[in-house]
Amino acid sequence: MKKLLTLTATLTTTLVSTASAATTIEYWLWDANQQPAYQQCAANFTRKNPDITVKITQKGWNDYWTGLTTGFVSGTAPDVFTNHLAYYPEFASNNQLVDLNPLIKRDKVATNVYFKGLADLWVKNGKRYGLPKDFDTVGIFYNADMLAKAGMKPTDLANLTWNPKDGGTWQKAIARLTVDRSGNNGLSPNFNKKQVKQYGYLTGYGAGFNGQTEWAFYTAPMGWKHNNGLFGTKYNYGDPRFAQAIQWLADLNLKHGLIPSFKDVQSSGDGLFRAGQAAMFINGSWMISDFTQKLPFKVGIAPLPKGPNGKRMSMFNGLSDAIWVGSKNKEAAWKWVKYLASVECQNTVGRSGVVFPAIPSATNLAVAAHKARGVDVSSFVNQAKAPGGTFYFPITDNAAQVNDIMTSTLQRVFLGQAKASAVLKDANAKVNALFR
Amino acid sequence: MSTGIDAPPLRTTAPPRRFPSQAVTGYLFILPALIGFAVFYLYPALRGVQISFTDWNLLSEPSTVGMANYNEVIRDPKFWSALGITVKYVLWNIPVQTLLALGLAVAMDRLVKSMFVKGLLILPYLLSSVVVAMIFLWLLDPFLGIVNQWLDGTPLGKQSFFTSAEQAIPTIAFVNVWKHMGFNALLFYAGLQAIPRTVYEAASIDGASELTTFRRITLPLLRPVTVFVLVTSLIGSFQIFDTVAVTTQGGPADATRVLVYYIYQNAFSFFRMGYATAMSMVLFVILVVFTLLQMRLLRANESDLE
Repeated sequence: MKKLLTLTATLTTTLVSTASAATTIEYWLWDANQQPAYQQCAANFTRKNPDITVKITQKGWNDYWTGLTTGFVSGTAPDVFTNHLAYYPEFASNNQLVDLNPLIKRDKVATNVYFKGLADLWVKNGKRYGLPKDFDTVGIFYNADMLAKAGMKPTDLANLTWNPKDGGTWQKAIARLTVDRSGNNGLSPNFNKKQVKQYGYLTGYGAGFNGQTEWAFYTAPMGWKHNNGLFGTKYNYGDPRFAQAIQWLADLNLKHGLIPSFKDVQSSGDGLFRAGQAAMFINGSWMISDFTQKLPFKVGIAPLPKGPNGKRMSMFNGLSDAIWVGSKNKEAAWKWVKYLASVECQNTVGRSGVVFPAIPSATNLAVAAHKARGVDVSSFVNQAKAPGGTFYFPITDNAAQVNDIMTSTLQRVFLGQAKASAVLKDANAKVNALFR
Repeated sequence: MSTGIDAPPLRTTAPPRRFPSQAVTGYLFILPALIGFAVFYLYPALRGVQISFTDWNLLSEPSTVGMANYNEVIRDPKFWSALGITVKYVLWNIPVQTLLALGLAVAMDRLVKSMFVKGLLILPYLLSSVVVAMIFLWLLDPFLGIVNQWLDGTPLGKQSFFTSAEQAIPTIAFVNVWKHMGFNALLFYAGLQAIPRTVYEAASIDGASELTTFRRITLPLLRPVTVFVLVTSLIGSFQIFDTVAVTTQGGPADATRVLVYYIYQNAFSFFRMGYATAMSMVLFVILVVFTLLQMRLLRANESDLE
């Protein structure tokens, strides 16, 4: 009898607790490196809101967006998901995202606690589709061993300049770090560009329409802009300045043999840097942990080269969390989104040192976390703080189609099939035709 | 009008006697397959026809646009270039695959007794195409792949494989030859087993050489299997997608943007579902025409074995 009573009691408590923990929020993100930090946020969140649990799913970048779209159609999309500037306009114009403004007003959530400008990126036609969770800038990652072998000091990379005519001191540094099989570097007259053993610089060539980690940091200090502002409808890929910068980048390989060819890079992306066959690689702050913690050689970080206008300029990009209109638990979803954008969660993320949170004080924690591991990441943060040091990601409708046109056009230039000046005007016309 | 030369002999076979109860049992047996066919093939195909007349971005309500999508298909240079690239792929894939499969089948028939070796041949077919594509992507990588480490010392030198505009399509075709060759070889092998040994004995008594026997007896008697292999692999080959999606994503510079990849891009990247379905319909018609043409040219409904 006693046993039965205990059993009933247990059953009752189980039932009661399941009843109160009824809500489960489905949350998607694409970066496996970030998942542990957000898992921690979710655990802390559930401790504060015992009736809500968050189930986190990580999907690879390529499947992520297709999975979301088909999820919207079939009604199986997650309640909350990490969103990207390249994708949210399409979702917003198809009424798939919850406008957060009324909720923000109701709960009096401050939107001015983030790095300046970040919060504005998520507003379209007066509606807000996300609160910023992190930001990123780009910088130079270098193989410190190769630098030392070439007799160069990290400070040699601190004040490089670039121009599209001769590449400036940036191109000289690249040449110095490029070595052929007989040991001549790229500055030597005996340098054999057909027998390169080690490249000074590696570009990923990809990212057709925005060039965040490939060419945007070259073109912006030339005074060039992608288009006529947020949600722009007129693009400038036909501008001769743009063609000049692209041709310079293509010629680094085609003419000078100082960087690996498009063919060599395409399949492995940053593989040559990881394999210790390329000395410098310009990429985003989200790669810091990956490069500095996991590679068998020491990786240092240097600021971008200065462009023709005397400035270093990086694309300013960031992510946010969106609520799907089809969510059955919108109120709980909003609580989670609010938590993700809060100081508390961003501090948790900051301490993990994987990305830079959107709130400056939390970013300081990330910088400290990296410092404790012996990595100086200040140049990424300085880039974000410098006046005029950043420009926005070209947020646009028709992003996938613009990207498709630009990818195939730029690939022709990088392969040496066409001159930039000859094909970019036509590509630009095709891009602009999408907005008519 | 038949000229009378190639006309098949008229054959009248009496219809088998059917008992209603047997017929019911028969239908019951195929019912699960029929339901599957209706749910997973027939209904989607009919919906596809309907969607192809609409402008639909998946997320909003579709709006009917009549023939607009089909008109655009005809005027879209990217569609024609994708079709051209697909044909190029088919021309690399089918002959190599079929000849190798046939050769393997004959070798199996003549030389190999071991079931284990025969089993090995079909292994690549059992792997998922994504896995196969990933394996070759790494094997053939210009810098990190082992194949290029080997080639580096030879007069050939390093090759770009997936990343060169000229080599990408042949490379993708080769990957799929590797994957499908064993399965087709097994089909040919089964066909070879069905040829009565007495025919070969008669040929050898008449003093026919090995080559003549193959040309005059084996090949003609294999024709039904050959038709099956060609028709199925041609249909599959025209629908090449997965290897492209994993290895080249249509690049470099559009060199591998095959038709189904372009359809996929329109449907799931550009959210143009109506246009994508219209192109699928055109591909469907092309495939029906090709299949009928092949069946007719190869006289699929006849056998020489009588």
